[in-house]
Amino acid sequence: MDLNFSAEDIAFRDEVRTFIADNYPAGLRAKSEEGEELSKEDFLSWHKVLAAKGWAGIAWPVEYGGTGWTSVQRYIFAEESARGDAMRLLPFGLNMVGPVIYTFGTPEQKAKFLPRILSGADWWCQGYSEPGAGSDLANLRTKAERFTGDDGKEYYRVNGQKTWTTLAQHADWIFCLVRTDPTVKPQEGISFLLIDMKTPGITVRPIITLGGEHEVNEVWLEDVIVPVENRVFHENKGWTCAKFLLAHERTGIAGVAASKRGVERIKTIARTEIDSFGDDAQPLLANPFFKRKVAELEIDLTALEFTELRTLAGESSGKGPGPESSLLKIKGTEIQQRITELALEAVGHYGAPYFRGFGEGDNEHPIGPDYAHRAAPTYFNMRKTSIYGGSNEIQRNIIAKMVLGL
Amino acid sequence: MDFNFTDEQTMLRDSVGRYLSDTYTFDARMTAVNGDSGWNPGVWKAFAEELGILGAPFAEAHGGLGGGAIENMIVMEEIGKALVIEPYLQTVVIGGGFLKAAGGALADAVIPQIIDGSAVIAFAYAEPQGRYNLADLRTTAKKDGAGYVLNGHKAVVYAAPWATHFIVTARTGGSVRERSGVSVFLIPANAAGITRRDYPTVDGARASEVYFENVAIGADTLIGAEGEGLPLVEQVVDEATAAVCAEGSGVVRKLHEGTLDYSRQRKQFGKAIGEFQVLQHRMVDMFMEVEQAVSMTLMATLRLDERDRAKHVSSAKNKISRGARFVGQNAVQIHGGIGISNELAIGHYFKRASMIESQFGDADYHLRRYESLMD
Ligand SMILES: Cc1cc2nc3c(=O)[nH]c(=O)nc-3n(C[C@H](O)[C@H](O)[C@H](O)COP(=O)(O)OP(=O)(O)OC[C@H]3O[C@@H](n4cnc5c(N)ncnc54)[C@H](O)[C@@H]3O)c2cc1C
Ligand SMILES: Cc1cc2nc3c(=O)[nH]c(=O)nc-3n(C[C@H](O)[C@H](O)[C@H](O)COP(=O)(O)OP(=O)(O)OC[C@H]3O[C@@H](n4cnc5c(N)ncnc54)[C@H](O)[C@@H]3O)c2cc1C
Repeated sequence: MDLNFSAEDIAFRDEVRTFIADNYPAGLRAKSEEGEELSKEDFLSWHKVLAAKGWAGIAWPVEYGGTGWTSVQRYIFAEESARGDAMRLLPFGLNMVGPVIYTFGTPEQKAKFLPRILSGADWWCQGYSEPGAGSDLANLRTKAERFTGDDGKEYYRVNGQKTWTTLAQHADWIFCLVRTDPTVKPQEGISFLLIDMKTPGITVRPIITLGGEHEVNEVWLEDVIVPVENRVFHENKGWTCAKFLLAHERTGIAGVAASKRGVERIKTIARTEIDSFGDDAQPLLANPFFKRKVAELEIDLTALEFTELRTLAGESSGKGPGPESSLLKIKGTEIQQRITELALEAVGHYGAPYFRGFGEGDNEHPIGPDYAHRAAPTYFNMRKTSIYGGSNEIQRNIIAKMVLGL
Repeated sequence: MDFNFTDEQTMLRDSVGRYLSDTYTFDARMTAVNGDSGWNPGVWKAFAEELGILGAPFAEAHGGLGGGAIENMIVMEEIGKALVIEPYLQTVVIGGGFLKAAGGALADAVIPQIIDGSAVIAFAYAEPQGRYNLADLRTTAKKDGAGYVLNGHKAVVYAAPWATHFIVTARTGGSVRERSGVSVFLIPANAAGITRRDYPTVDGARASEVYFENVAIGADTLIGAEGEGLPLVEQVVDEATAAVCAEGSGVVRKLHEGTLDYSRQRKQFGKAIGEFQVLQHRMVDMFMEVEQAVSMTLMATLRLDERDRAKHVSSAKNKISRGARFVGQNAVQIHGGIGISNELAIGHYFKRASMIESQFGDADYHLRRYESLMD
């Protein structure tokens, strides 16, 4: 047993640290410090820098253009990214559909899609959830009927509605679970389709969330024609891809590195905010009530971190991400939410002003200290983390069943 | 012991409740929230003329209904249930609270205007550096001839954009956080030298940063004795805190009811999600928080006139702040994705609950105050 990094790991860490310090766009750093909504260009700008360096496909095998990094190197990269306030790249292409394509796809699909995912040329979104199929994903209704076109080729005609589709407003492609056989057990009649968002019949409608963000959408599919070669894996066997993808989705979700940064930010705020009570005044961080919560948060985060490290060590010795990843998801998201709670508590009265929509070129200054104006919207927004990616109740069900054997 | 309302109180609850459920629909509220002025002056007029509730806690001699804190509690709970944005708290509970305590010519002049709906009051007490300490004041009122000159910056003054009057706390003496030297003034909102920066708040109201620059005010604007205002401020803020607890009780009640309804309708895995025991127990825990919020609100309201007022109010506020968080977060969680969309009422109740958590001091602040007053 050894808790320390090897000399190579330390050299790697220094390389990553320097690269991020030298190359991360300064404007983005300021935005993420304050929890601002990011634009499409914001998301892509860092993606392109990393792609040029060969560091976009962090968890991908080398043969598909990935880094081939060990799990420890991936961990170090996440850690250094958070440390340098660098955003995480969006998961939909890189962590979700990419691994599905290189694991289950045809050589043509790999050649067509993988390089464009890595380079950031294609923006992907995830079309899993439907109005009647959230936690119960297998209940999905969007149907894909197969037919032969006038050109003699095989197609699917897709009809249905997807919802909660994150950042679909920017997407070039959507990967969808669709029902190709309504007559069998729900899990058995599902296929995994890749659909070009420019195909006629697709409508994207915004859903505005509690903090005022436009982050999720409804996606309507009306007689959308998709070539059969855009199906990944066998017809009616899409559930295999779906489950594989969900396990991948869950591993990145613990967010330890970003939470560490979040705790640091809370401390900075709490050192600045003055807490006065009676005739006494001290930094908020010296208030024993507040300090205790920060300390407990740090301890819980350490527990999560070392549990994640144990999981990573297990993975590098050959165990795949198992149902234990549910533990990381539950505890990771709870900690993310607590960080936003403490930030909102810390800013006191200045949690109430609501500021949004003062776009580029409008230099109206927010009300109160800079760190205050996004505290409440971020707190509201982060309630999503215990809901998406399989709600925390569902994760607990998974642990009960798969780990505890109940 | 008697926890029953009088017939008049029951009538008050019924008439406010009925009016709000008939006319103050969620859509109507959102139209007002998103409109230019951010509120509905027609509703205010109806509060004054149709319902007469703006006179609920005032003496009949002033044209009121002769009620007090219990009437405020009743109205505020209904306000919580309907997510009312109009400033009953600021105008009637706080403005009225100060004026009733002060009495005299100012009370005789302004209370009737509150009752008839022509006066809208905002309470400018918090300052950027002050957090929840009511004595942490840098705003000054310097003696100048017969009157005073006011200078300072007040933070997040709810209802300020709609106000005809401000109640302002300022130092006429003493240093920051000293108990003596605090004075309270009621001044016209359009007095020369007042500027505002208005903005919406996350819970759908409007507020302002209010700046006073050499604002000349007369001696007749002083409420209570010069330099001895802090106990009065504490008393009125305790009354307001109890009223916010009542509003919070209404808010969590609706969060709970809405969640129960949703859990009966929403089907996943072939059954209503309300059939999952883990959600049932969560909703039972929410229910227990709601009932305790109501109990603590009653307790604090009934003890506002007692010597231990501060301790009782702080215990209620601590309990309700924690309850509001628990119920709000779980309501959103049990709604799933739809819970975080801005289109449903549930999210707006959650937002209001989240602001109630810290209004007039968060759970930690009131726990600390409670500890300092424990025997
Ligand atoms: C911000 C956000 C972004 C999202 N992005 C995407 C995306 O990009 N693509 C996509 O496909 N989906 C996305 N989703 C959808 C997300 O995966 C679903 O919201 C989630 O699976 C929950 O489904 P639901 O919202 O229908 O809730 P429901 O399934 O209706 O659940 C409601 C409540 O019941 C509980 N519950 C349900 N079943 C059980 C059970 N068996 N036992 C105990 N409790 C249970 C849930 O935990 C929850 O608390 C996103 C959601 C959000 C909020
Ligand atoms: C100190 C003590 C004094 C007692 N005195 C008396 C007495 O004077 N007379 C008398 O007759 N009995 C008495 N009892 C017995 C007592 O009533 C039982 O212990 C109690 O009803 C629980 O039954 P059990 O111990 O068999 O636990 P079980 O019923 O086996 O329950 C085990 C666990 O499962 C949980 N559980 C069971 N069913 C459900 C469900 N449907 N949903 C969720 N969780 C469930 C329980 O909550 C518990 O946590 C006493 C017990 C104690 C500990």
